[in-house]
Amino acid sequence: MRKKPTVFRPTAFSFPYLAVTLVFVIVPLVLILVYAFKGEDGAFSFGNFVTVFSDPENVRSFGKTIGIAALSTAICLVIAYPVAFVLASSPFDRIPILSLLFVIPMWINFMLRIFALQSLLDVIGINQGFWAAIIGMVYDFFPYMLLPIYTILKNIDKSYLEASRDLGANSTKTFLKITLPLSLPGVISGISMMFMPVFSSYAITKMMGDMNTSVIGAKIASLFEAHDFGGGSALSFVLLLLVIAVMLIGKLATGKTVKTPKGEIAQ
Amino acid sequence: MTSKNNAKDNDVAVKTTNGSGKKNDNIIEIKGITKVFEDGVTVIDDLNLGIKRGQFVTLLGPSGCGKTTLLRLIAGFETPTEGEIYIEGVPITAIPPYKRPVNTVFQKYALFPHLNVFKNVAFGLKLKRTSDPTAKGGLRKFTKVEIKEKVDRALKLVGLEDYGHRDVNSLSGGQQQRVAIARALVCEPKVLLLDEPLGALDLKMRKEMQKELKKMHEDLGITFIFVTHDQEEALTMSDVVVVMNDGVIQQIARPKKIYDEPSNAFVADFIGESNIISGIMEKDFSISFLGKTLKCVDKGFEKNERIDVVIRPEDIIIKKDHGNGHFDGIVSSTVFKGTYYEMEVMANDYEFTVQSQTEFPKDAKVSLEILPDSIHIMKKMLTINKFIGEVVGENLVSFCDGEFEIPTEGFEEGDKVLVFVPFTAVELTDDEEDGVIGANVTQSVYRGTYYQVQIFTDSDDDFYIDTADEWDMDDRVGVKIDGNKVRLERYVEEKEKEDA
Repeated sequence: MRKKPTVFRPTAFSFPYLAVTLVFVIVPLVLILVYAFKGEDGAFSFGNFVTVFSDPENVRSFGKTIGIAALSTAICLVIAYPVAFVLASSPFDRIPILSLLFVIPMWINFMLRIFALQSLLDVIGINQGFWAAIIGMVYDFFPYMLLPIYTILKNIDKSYLEASRDLGANSTKTFLKITLPLSLPGVISGISMMFMPVFSSYAITKMMGDMNTSVIGAKIASLFEAHDFGGGSALSFVLLLLVIAVMLIGKLATGKTVKTPKGEIAQ
Repeated sequence: MTSKNNAKDNDVAVKTTNGSGKKNDNIIEIKGITKVFEDGVTVIDDLNLGIKRGQFVTLLGPSGCGKTTLLRLIAGFETPTEGEIYIEGVPITAIPPYKRPVNTVFQKYALFPHLNVFKNVAFGLKLKRTSDPTAKGGLRKFTKVEIKEKVDRALKLVGLEDYGHRDVNSLSGGQQQRVAIARALVCEPKVLLLDEPLGALDLKMRKEMQKELKKMHEDLGITFIFVTHDQEEALTMSDVVVVMNDGVIQQIARPKKIYDEPSNAFVADFIGESNIISGIMEKDFSISFLGKTLKCVDKGFEKNERIDVVIRPEDIIIKKDHGNGHFDGIVSSTVFKGTYYEMEVMANDYEFTVQSQTEFPKDAKVSLEILPDSIHIMKKMLTINKFIGEVVGENLVSFCDGEFEIPTEGFEEGDKVLVFVPFTAVELTDDEEDGVIGANVTQSVYRGTYYQVQIFTDSDDDFYIDTADEWDMDDRVGVKIDGNKVRLERYVEEKEKEDA
């Protein structure tokens, strides 16, 4: 058989990215795996997990992390949905400044934002502690919650709303029976876009929180700083599993509720 | 509106309306409705229309004529700028759509994607209240059993009995259409509004749905208001056709009458391919056009009144050789259209469109005969452009946002004047800069020996122009006026009632 002449394929464009992924994503993941399951003698063992979870503080940290992430995500959702709803319905949408106001913060480095927020909170006198950390999270991740919801609300075909009104539903019922269910994929997308980064972040809690807000991210950092690669990797691994679980739940929920009406939002 | 042929429909309607079906009983009365959109465009202009109970009424017109807006005004999705709509004598413009006794079948169906077929159809029923003397306030919700019964019946009506559990996204266009109809009908509206519901279907499916809709209308006896731009659809389905253009009703009549006796050149042109030729009504029963005088069956026009002659392509009798009819011509093209041949015949400088079972080849010599009752005569809508202007200098008159050179003898600067511009006094220029004002061409109709062009100026005025040149729709043109052909008249500030 004759060999085909080598042709330049478009897939070749992805090689640089593949290389980056390999070095900075795959290899570290493999390293985490290796360290997490390597006992002190170098053989395969669950020792690291046993050690890590026998410390009740670590377990508490996990709980706290989930709690903080869930709370800040919930607060964000409660604030973002009405804002998105108002923005998506005319005439507010015709004022690009308004939408821009919510996007501009995304252009600023988040460390700068946190410092700015800290000075602001200083004035009110809640610069450190649990609520400061929550406020920090909400402030920082607000656009990630807002934009997917806004996009999906904006893309809901107006004829659905007209049909609902035509069939006898007033504005409230139309919202509950049509707008809300149709916007669920956006809500879920917003939740996963916020919950997961909050879950694994520790910079904000470290800068704005106190001892009470010591999250799992901080714990992992301190373990690595103390050169306990085994323990740090084990915790990281559990964190990773949790994130994947959350993602799967989100996917499942989206798939179950709706085929997105027009313009699916990238997860 | 005439409705001699609707005795049957009215009978059905009377049954469904608690005996309130007295004669001349209009279920919908539209009075003086004007709708101006936010951008200042007037889509509906002082429209009046009465719709009889139980009729199948079609709003027909080209896109942008205001037919869909009119439907949305009835449904409640738009509020009129002026005027009032009555349903069964009750003014409804202040009533929100969800309280109106009408339901809509939307152009793109608008089926709720998160609900299955059954839940889509049941949507309206779950919100509806039914009268029940034993319940509080005399009203109660439908029970689950009642809802299921009604939904099943509605689905059966549209031939989708076993589709209740199906996902609406898995249905074909035609099936979605049926669900949309079932969803609207299950609410038992007094009037069903259909907004170009068959537009998205393929030809075969469309024909089938046309028949089914017609049958549903006959069976249910409720009033249907159907919007379409498809003249054939309108003519085959309706009891009454309302032809609209530019937000104004052009004609309201039964389909046959619309076809046979179009009230003006627009209707004639829109309803079907027609030969529209400018002519002169010499006297009663005698008309002259294209250099010939023919007999016709019309009378009552002024002597030598300029009129438009409409002759349907299928009404022209085409014969072999010259000298056998009224016009001698040469076939310039011939096309087979399935059941007939359509030929273009050049005669007396006019290209007649002729349909015949017999084929005549290109370049064949033929005669055209036109029987008196094939000649339809329409009054010219306008014979002169009239504007209100002001004398702004010697031989300079300002109107339509432009200053035109017109002899102003006998007038003084600052005088308000009526400006009469004959159709032939206007000259259009290719380059907008060459004209005094700019305009867009909105219509161009061939009238036998010339084109009648309608333009819309930047000052929002309509001009009619008779010209030898053909202009394309939406072309930008400049407008020049031959001042010597224009007549000025002193304008007396009075409320001039336009003859409606």
